[in-house]
Amino acid sequence: MTEVKMTVNGKAASGNVEGRTLLVQFLREDMGLTGTHVGCDTSQCGACVVHVNGEAVKSCTMLAVEAQGAEVSTIEGQAAPDGTLNTIQQAFQDHHGLQCGFCTPGMVMSAAALLKDNPKPTESDVRHYLDGNICRCTGYHNIVKAIMAASGQDVSAIAGE
Amino acid sequence: MYNFDVEMPSTIADAVTALARDEAQPLSGGQTLIPTLKARLAAPSVLVSLHGIAEMKGVSAQDGTVTIGGATTHATVAGEVADAYPALASLAGRIGDPAVRNRGTIGGSVANNDPSACYPAGVLASNGTVVTNTREIAADDYFLGMFETALEEGEIVTAVKFKIPEAAHYEKHLQPASRFPLVAVFVAKFADGVRVAVTGASENGVFRWTEAETALSADFSVEAVAGLKADGSSMISDLHGSGAYRAHLVGVMTKRAVAAINA
Amino acid sequence: MPKDSGIGASSKRREDIRFLTGEGNYTDDINVNGQAYVYFLRSDIAHGTLDSVDTSAAEGMEGVVRIFTGADFEAVGSVPCGWQITDKHGEPMQEPRHPVLAHGKVRHVGEPIAAVVAETLEQARDAAEAIEVEISELPAVVNMKDAVKADAPKVHDDLTSNLCYDWGFVEENKGAVDQAFKEAAHVTTLELVNNRLVANPMEPRVAVGDYSRGTGDYTLFTTSQNPHVIRLLMGAFVLGIPEHKLRVVAPDVGGGFGTKIFHYQEEAFVTFAAKACNRAVKWTSSRSEAFMSDAHGRDHVTKIELALDAEHNFTALRTDTYANMGAYLSTFAPSVPTWLHGTLMAGNYKTPLIYVNVKAVFTNTVPVDAYRGAGRPEATYQLERLVDKAAHELGVDPIKLRRQNFIMEFPYATPVAVEYDTGDYVATMDKLEEMADIGGFAARRKASEAKGKLRGFGVNCYIEACGIAPSNLVGQLGARAGLFESCTVRVNATGGLVVMTGSHSHGQGHETSFSQVVADMIGIPEDMVEVVHGDTANTPMGMGTYGSRSLAVGGSAMVRATEKIIAKAKKIASHLLEASEGDVELKDGAFTVAGTDKSVAWGDVTLAAYVPHNYPLEEIEPGLEETAFYDPSNFTYPSGAYACEVELDPETGQVTIERFSAADDFGNIVNPMIVTGQVHGGLAQGIGQALLENCAYDSDGQLLSASYMDYAMPRATDVPFYDVDHSCQTPCTHNPLGVKGCGEAGAIGSPPAVVNAVLDAMRSGGSTVDHIDMPVSPHRVWEAMNGSGV
Repeated sequence: MTEVKMTVNGKAASGNVEGRTLLVQFLREDMGLTGTHVGCDTSQCGACVVHVNGEAVKSCTMLAVEAQGAEVSTIEGQAAPDGTLNTIQQAFQDHHGLQCGFCTPGMVMSAAALLKDNPKPTESDVRHYLDGNICRCTGYHNIVKAIMAASGQDVSAIAGE
Repeated sequence: MYNFDVEMPSTIADAVTALARDEAQPLSGGQTLIPTLKARLAAPSVLVSLHGIAEMKGVSAQDGTVTIGGATTHATVAGEVADAYPALASLAGRIGDPAVRNRGTIGGSVANNDPSACYPAGVLASNGTVVTNTREIAADDYFLGMFETALEEGEIVTAVKFKIPEAAHYEKHLQPASRFPLVAVFVAKFADGVRVAVTGASENGVFRWTEAETALSADFSVEAVAGLKADGSSMISDLHGSGAYRAHLVGVMTKRAVAAINA
Repeated sequence: MPKDSGIGASSKRREDIRFLTGEGNYTDDINVNGQAYVYFLRSDIAHGTLDSVDTSAAEGMEGVVRIFTGADFEAVGSVPCGWQITDKHGEPMQEPRHPVLAHGKVRHVGEPIAAVVAETLEQARDAAEAIEVEISELPAVVNMKDAVKADAPKVHDDLTSNLCYDWGFVEENKGAVDQAFKEAAHVTTLELVNNRLVANPMEPRVAVGDYSRGTGDYTLFTTSQNPHVIRLLMGAFVLGIPEHKLRVVAPDVGGGFGTKIFHYQEEAFVTFAAKACNRAVKWTSSRSEAFMSDAHGRDHVTKIELALDAEHNFTALRTDTYANMGAYLSTFAPSVPTWLHGTLMAGNYKTPLIYVNVKAVFTNTVPVDAYRGAGRPEATYQLERLVDKAAHELGVDPIKLRRQNFIMEFPYATPVAVEYDTGDYVATMDKLEEMADIGGFAARRKASEAKGKLRGFGVNCYIEACGIAPSNLVGQLGARAGLFESCTVRVNATGGLVVMTGSHSHGQGHETSFSQVVADMIGIPEDMVEVVHGDTANTPMGMGTYGSRSLAVGGSAMVRATEKIIAKAKKIASHLLEASEGDVELKDGAFTVAGTDKSVAWGDVTLAAYVPHNYPLEEIEPGLEETAFYDPSNFTYPSGAYACEVELDPETGQVTIERFSAADDFGNIVNPMIVTGQVHGGLAQGIGQALLENCAYDSDGQLLSASYMDYAMPRATDVPFYDVDHSCQTPCTHNPLGVKGCGEAGAIGSPPAVVNAVLDAMRSGGSTVDHIDMPVSPHRVWEAMNGSGV
């Protein structure tokens, strides 16, 4: 067992893990942060996306020990301390960008990474950026729309309800 | 996963020492290795993470060569090589997905030599050199077949060097499920000739399409390769495409790469 | 003006807050103190005799709690099938035993052979690797037509053959249908495959079993669309646990699409093992495990023929389908290719004579059962491909041929036993033509051709039967269950309500839309209504969510229960108002005496119900809580018309969807935003089936598409923004809300439009190919266009 220490959503976090413990296991099982999900075992679905030192990574494809000393943020750390949704979260609700909610944490975290690099993405930018995030419920329409809306773009021309 | 120890060396020398341990295996970005471990298809006793080795990270360009540290992520390459070698940056920026590109490394990709990986095509077409802790290996001598390379046990890819061509383009057709290339072609036009490397197609891994190289070296035009047919006999045939289809795509991707360069 | 609350409003979803902040409570988020973990050792051989399972080396391994094999379940019931089909000779279908753990034989790759319960999952997996299994491999049966040959190896030795049933519908019509074909001016014939799919909800299945020796109570937490059904099937038929000692909880469930309807052996295992090990046992499926243990969908091979007269009127339809059951009968498997498929073969057309033959076949593959649409996509696909083919053979416009044969008058009794109550197929087609901008297509095609691409346009109609179903009818058809729905409405003293429904929400947003209905009926804010679902301990016996039934059946139960609440509240109010009950009306959250300004607020009435100081105790009981069970009198019949426009790269065969328009008639609509979202999701799954998804086996029964590396899931780049409209509304005539159901339409209605469009594009490039099977992959398109065919 190795002791790992990292910062998770701004708070110090530590635990003893095996070499094989994945970051997602550390978050879900040791930290109790069950918002990060596991939807596949081939690193494709993206339900597990978190940020490590500001970059989107698949927490199911990174060992916990590799996050030693890192700043990790998860879906639980996205809303304001008083619970107010952040811009992306609010846009997902406003535009019905989620249904069952299982892929949603990864989608929100990927969207946040996208908008950090590319504050006004085109539809094509958004769709390509979501290459590693699979949603089975929404058909992506409202996810793409929500992310574009969160970037401050007018989405009223995109087919709505 | 079977359990294993993880070593986190900060120098190449320490990594080499750690890799001398029994059943040790290097861990780079882990984007291929960790899923493999999850499926219990590998059982290393110790993983030696190359992630913390500063001397294996970063990109430099001088004298017509781009050198990329083995532990440099695809995302870094996509961003930092964009001026010096845009076709290579474009290749790196289209590997997997953004989260994969933030972890996956060039050294890991080149060491693994997946027959559908993107980087081997870029390295081979760019007449690149694979730099290890012990030697430099020319790309033509490095890629030996599907998942096979010239690397010895315990040898680490510390850097990869690319000769910067006059012009280049990477064209790929995706396998719809994995989003790896079903067939992809990297065409690099040098002053002394053209190199064409193909990934995804062959049972022997990445290869140079020499007929196309000859034709394009004589006449760098779409017409020069329009009539050429790649040999389909050793092409991969699977759920996503027959050998004949892959052979056909080799021609199409090559033509399109040439057209993109000439555009 | 769009409404801002109640029925018809696009209320934002309340459940989103927890899902967007990581506070959802999915089954894998549930951990019971002291739980152990189970790993299933699954067969990697499709068909074989299980000679021995030696667990001795594994027993003593670190962390092992107990290892179970098939022998431990010999006295345990078979995993039951919930629907019995009677074949065309009047005989019951062949129904094999389905063990919890394989016994005697293995019959598909992925069948569980042994289960290791250990302190950790990795320890369980380590020990599973030490179990020595000896299997004498037998030839695998994979291809359905081979499976029914006389000399085929038998999947089940105790059955007479691999034929589960040979169903004829309507058998009495067969002679007349055959005669109509003899007399036809034109016959169009089409053979096609409806590709096998894997539902792939993003949340893999999870089950946690728990048992208390102190009380003798069992609890099962499971990823289910219908916890009461699981409780009944598992309790009564597999484990012999009375329902009052078994609680089944399906908390937040990450998508279902049908595959979480069924009772699976892993659920029975963890419940059984919890008692045997005297500790909770948890199973979490990996995605790879899901591919070989979740019931698959579709997998039909069909020959369909259409007879037309000289004026192009449809005179008869005849189909011959092989439907894959897989190795065992999953919960509702036999009903899918029969009653959910044959009864829909009339489609939107007044074809007077129809005969459907379905042969259901056992093979050495994962069981096949309902997947979004379940039978109706298969019916729609073959019919709408066939009509398109007929139009091209006859040289007539495909839309015109459809319009000419539309059913125009309702109610309409089809020759396949169902009666459509309402519909307006002309209206949805008119709407579609407007949305699809058919007039602009030629210019768009020209623009594509200038880029070296081909462009195609495809259209189709669909009809479906939702709101399953009248219990007495389905009972006659072989269902071993009632298909009513239930609801308890509990009003609290301060006026808030708790709606406890037997429906289950796993993405559909019931917590929001159900609240809208009740709030609207009473005239109170939506946030005064809470919706509870998914726990047998606090909801009435309900049948769950599938077949687009939640609002049509569960919503109707809720309306009935709320009506009872209102009726009782009105009695209380009339007492408080000292008015006659007939003069009191409920409006905007207050009871008013008609024609006066005398009124009493909702909250005062509810308070009186629980503080009955001034209360007609001689006439009515205190309290305000009512339950209703609603059994529908008919199915509902959503319908619509869809159009797809594709661009095709003739060099690579790559098809991209450029436009997709969907005009649906769902009857009345409670939350347009949610309805549109349901259509979007269905469209992506239908487009996925048409272009990408394919669950493939090799001839040895090995699963070739066993992970996302080979099973192509639709991603954001594979689909366009969709144009969805549901302004054409012919309300359902027989349920109180006039609603029809919208969950499956997109998946039912979209595959034929895509394939019709691809063929149109290919024709524009000079191809004479008249059919291509799904998924229309680049490889298949390229081969079809280059003459080699796949």
